[in-house]
Amino acid sequence: MTRVAVVRFPGSNCDADTYRACERVGAEPRYVWHREESLGNIDVVMLPGGFAYGDHLRAGAIARFSPIMRAVVEHARSGGPTLGICNGFQILCEAGLLPGALVRNACLTFISRPLSMRIEATNTPFTNAYSAGDTFDIPVAHGEGRFVAEDAEVARLEAEGLVVARYAHDNPNGSVNGIAGICSDSRSIVGLMPHPERAADELLSETRGSLMFESIVRHAGVV
Amino acid sequence: MPRFKVEVTVMPRETLLDPQGQAVEHALAELEFENLSTVRIGRAITFDLERPSRAEAASDAESMCRKLLANPVTEDFSVTVEAKS
Repeated sequence: MTRVAVVRFPGSNCDADTYRACERVGAEPRYVWHREESLGNIDVVMLPGGFAYGDHLRAGAIARFSPIMRAVVEHARSGGPTLGICNGFQILCEAGLLPGALVRNACLTFISRPLSMRIEATNTPFTNAYSAGDTFDIPVAHGEGRFVAEDAEVARLEAEGLVVARYAHDNPNGSVNGIAGICSDSRSIVGLMPHPERAADELLSETRGSLMFESIVRHAGVV
Repeated sequence: MPRFKVEVTVMPRETLLDPQGQAVEHALAELEFENLSTVRIGRAITFDLERPSRAEAASDAESMCRKLLANPVTEDFSVTVEAKS
């Protein structure tokens, strides 16, 4: 059974959808409050979307210092599968677990709509259930989703196949090279701006986001 | 212990696209302010520090910037320290 810690910060608001997406694929999610010092016995950590600490100062800037983050960093640095969705991605970058940063959308508006995303790297615990090139509609909802990094870092991410997902048609926020998600060198830490947990239910007409959660169950079966 | 007033300015790094600055630049141009360019927008953070010396106040303020107040990937910071009477 794949046990998933869904970390909640004050201001997280996609925790319930993330929890449910885990349940639907037969994983065993549990909530972990940001003030706890231990994640408990878990296999996977997910940092959900939302506005932790109201995005004050910078999105994720304060959340990265929450007490639970010591355990999250230890889990991630030891190779434990760690997924940051939207605000979670921002927190992973601020914590230095992923390179680059997410800044204000180039268009300056908050974007909330479905768009087309292509999965590229499938050798991560969160994308192994996809085939490279799989493209599907997935919602984004962010004001600070523009991925930036030094030119040399971007070149390295591209060359080493660390770009996990890319905006397939229009680049909504001006992210460099249309990057929607990346992973660490170890491949076990993934950050994604779009919301797979909102593309995981027939009721919402798009279920291919659920493969991101299915992947962790398959990963557990293989490891 | 002496009290110091610290002013931190955090600005987007020069190489970073600043669409907010661009929007404001266009708005100022529409208001007919001429020969204006390179508008950049950052944030100011001020606070008081009680430290034995001005140097220690400045050093601690810079540590705060490196640790929290500025993101080194995207931002530069500058610190000014003044004695408070």
